[in-house]
Amino acid sequence: MNRWTSPRAIGIVGMVLGAAAFWLALPPLAARTAVLPIALGILAIAAGIWASSREAGRAGGGAIAAGLLGIGFGVLATRSSSAHLDTVVVWSTLFAATLRYATPLTFAAIGGLFCERSGVVNVALEGMLLTGAFFAIWGAIWAHTWAGGFAWVIGLAVAALAGMALAAVHAVWTITFKVDQIISGTALNFLALGITGYLFVDKYGDTGTPGNVPAYGIPDIHLHFLQNWTFIGPIFGQLNLMIWLSFALLVATSVFVFRTPWGLRLRAVGEHPRAADTVGISVYKVRYIAVISSGGIAAMGGAYLSLGFVHSFNEGMTNGTGFIGLAALIFGKWRPFPTWCAALLFGFSSALADRLPTAYGNQWGTLFQALPYVLTLIAVGGVVGRSIGPAAAGRPYVRQ
Amino acid sequence: MSDFAPDELDQETPQQHFPTRFGGVKGILTPLITTVVAFLVGGLVVALTGKNPVRVYHAIFDGTGVGWFFQVGNHSARIPFATAHMWFPWDTASVAAGNLQQTLLVTTPIMLTALAVAFAFRCGMFNIGGQGQYIVGAIFAVWLGTSFSSLAPWLHVLLCLVAGTLAGAVWAGIAGILKATVGAHEVISTIMLNWTAVWVGSYLVGAGGPLQGSQVSIPVSNNIVDGAKLPVFWGLKLLQGLSIGIFIAIAMLVLYWVIVNRTTLGYAVRAVGFNPEAARYGGISVARNYFVAMAIAGAFAGLAGAIDITGWEYQLGPTDIQASQIGFIGLAAALLGRNTAIGAGFASLLFGALITGTSSRQLDPTVFRPELAGNLTTIIQGLVVLFVGLNLGGLWVWLRRRRRA
Repeated sequence: MNRWTSPRAIGIVGMVLGAAAFWLALPPLAARTAVLPIALGILAIAAGIWASSREAGRAGGGAIAAGLLGIGFGVLATRSSSAHLDTVVVWSTLFAATLRYATPLTFAAIGGLFCERSGVVNVALEGMLLTGAFFAIWGAIWAHTWAGGFAWVIGLAVAALAGMALAAVHAVWTITFKVDQIISGTALNFLALGITGYLFVDKYGDTGTPGNVPAYGIPDIHLHFLQNWTFIGPIFGQLNLMIWLSFALLVATSVFVFRTPWGLRLRAVGEHPRAADTVGISVYKVRYIAVISSGGIAAMGGAYLSLGFVHSFNEGMTNGTGFIGLAALIFGKWRPFPTWCAALLFGFSSALADRLPTAYGNQWGTLFQALPYVLTLIAVGGVVGRSIGPAAAGRPYVRQ
Repeated sequence: MSDFAPDELDQETPQQHFPTRFGGVKGILTPLITTVVAFLVGGLVVALTGKNPVRVYHAIFDGTGVGWFFQVGNHSARIPFATAHMWFPWDTASVAAGNLQQTLLVTTPIMLTALAVAFAFRCGMFNIGGQGQYIVGAIFAVWLGTSFSSLAPWLHVLLCLVAGTLAGAVWAGIAGILKATVGAHEVISTIMLNWTAVWVGSYLVGAGGPLQGSQVSIPVSNNIVDGAKLPVFWGLKLLQGLSIGIFIAIAMLVLYWVIVNRTTLGYAVRAVGFNPEAARYGGISVARNYFVAMAIAGAFAGLAGAIDITGWEYQLGPTDIQASQIGFIGLAAALLGRNTAIGAGFASLLFGALITGTSSRQLDPTVFRPELAGNLTTIIQGLVVLFVGLNLGGLWVWLRRRRRA
């Protein structure tokens, strides 16, 4: 069969049609009739059903879901006033915001990817992000008297160390002591919340973090030659350094995990530790390295959040970001690029949630924040191609 | 119905990690050591930031009101024409009494969310979703409590409690069904259900939401009507006196013990928890028990939310929903109490006292800032869970044996 008419390709076309159903109802096209999104959505669902019936269940399920969402949101959009739509949907702003929101998710999810690919479940991503967020800003504030505008470098280093220290506890507990990985992760979330909150109140409790943080925060990269380009300029012309770093990390992770012998070892330890041990790979060593580096990477996401994005810290400021990162990892089936796509999708929903109140009132933005979690629930429920993690994840390895 | 991947079954269930029965003195030893170590490390944090941990813990203890039990002795009582000094066991109107009411009020939902974790544990599942089930229960209680103002009072309270319980059961049941049918890991699904509950709940009672109260500028629900409030038997209703919810919670502890140890259902649940494969050979439906255990666990947590609303909160706002940690504290209490009824009860009291003692209303701010103390509670909670997993008692016994050998 031709690869363009294979069930999988039809399923992907279905997903695109579903997205188009929503997109047509938004500016700049802004179709005012509900017929168009419904028609496209039905086409998408039909393509999905066709694909699922021919053993491309994953793409087919995606197409059905995209069709349903496309119809739902498309009809909603055609029913609201175009003035409102124009205020909310400014594509370049939305895309730039999407990248901003997706970056901490990407760091968290990639950190989780290393940990879980080695066979250690990491529900402590939230705590690692929070630790990174606090220690980044603490390090930068501490260093700015002598490091000046480059204090953020120190901040990043301190954040990475703190994240790795937290992850080291997870490693010792789960790998050496063989404590249940979920329990250890849950405990670390509490500890991170408590310790960062305690130190924050103790150090900055009365006034909050100082107002001069933006002067030595993580800098934005200004690409002046892009500035006059339509659409691309406003999105990529002024992005934070950490966003570019997250792109680099993504490529590096993909190459590392799937194209190097170390990546192969990592995956082997996560899928079948006994077999890996038999061929002479030290399961414990690989897991220790993976878990500890996971903490450092996730902490970078937190550092971006506090030192690059909002330029301040507050108790429990991550507020579920780490869990959305975990959701993105599961949604992306523990693979770097699909995970990043999931992070972008969740980032887009956050960006939209942020923009919605400008026209429709706060409540819809609040409701929208539930979307990533509901989508992930559907994903683990197997409606859109079941998400199955590394085989050995969650099990301590006992050497024989 | 249950098509597990074969390698999923030789996975150790959480229950196998934990000896779930109190084995005499040794059984109490581990939780005690864990608690002491957690408090010592917490004290170390306090000392490192330049405060006196002994004074801090003393102030926290004063705030819990547990000292009330030790205030036995002479109290002056006014009788006509004179003031008589009489020996009376306890002074029920003292500051300590008020603090103790608050402690028990906080202990109530912790007991129930602890049972929500413990029951799922007995079936080999880790229910991290007590928080979401608690929120859903609270939302249903608020919804029903603010409507039907003409209902008979006792019927109205009952309706709120039952609706909250069922809502919690359904919410957890989603995770149970996913586990039973497609094998989705309950930890992931309950985490997602938690945050879904947080944001949907914030939407419902927040500004512009369908359950927001009559004051448009304040994002909070209406007060539930008087008929939907639980009777307060100690202290004043206006000052958050103690409602009879504590007795419901204690009754549920007993019910939990009965279900787990004295019914066929409990036997099946425990069998699945110990070894799903063996249970299936014995003719027990593993999938059905996953669902039932999760639903019952959720029912406990949903009831906790309903009791909090009908017992003292009376209204619900988005900040309450987002700041609440009751489900997670219940998790720590269940682990510390080794998933037994009596253990969970005492561990809940410990955490209830700790939360009350470190709250801004009870803690003396000249000794220790309540904002710091609240975070100290979270640290201690984290340490408890961390060390419970490590099984310090077991470690101690093991070390002693090794030294002797």
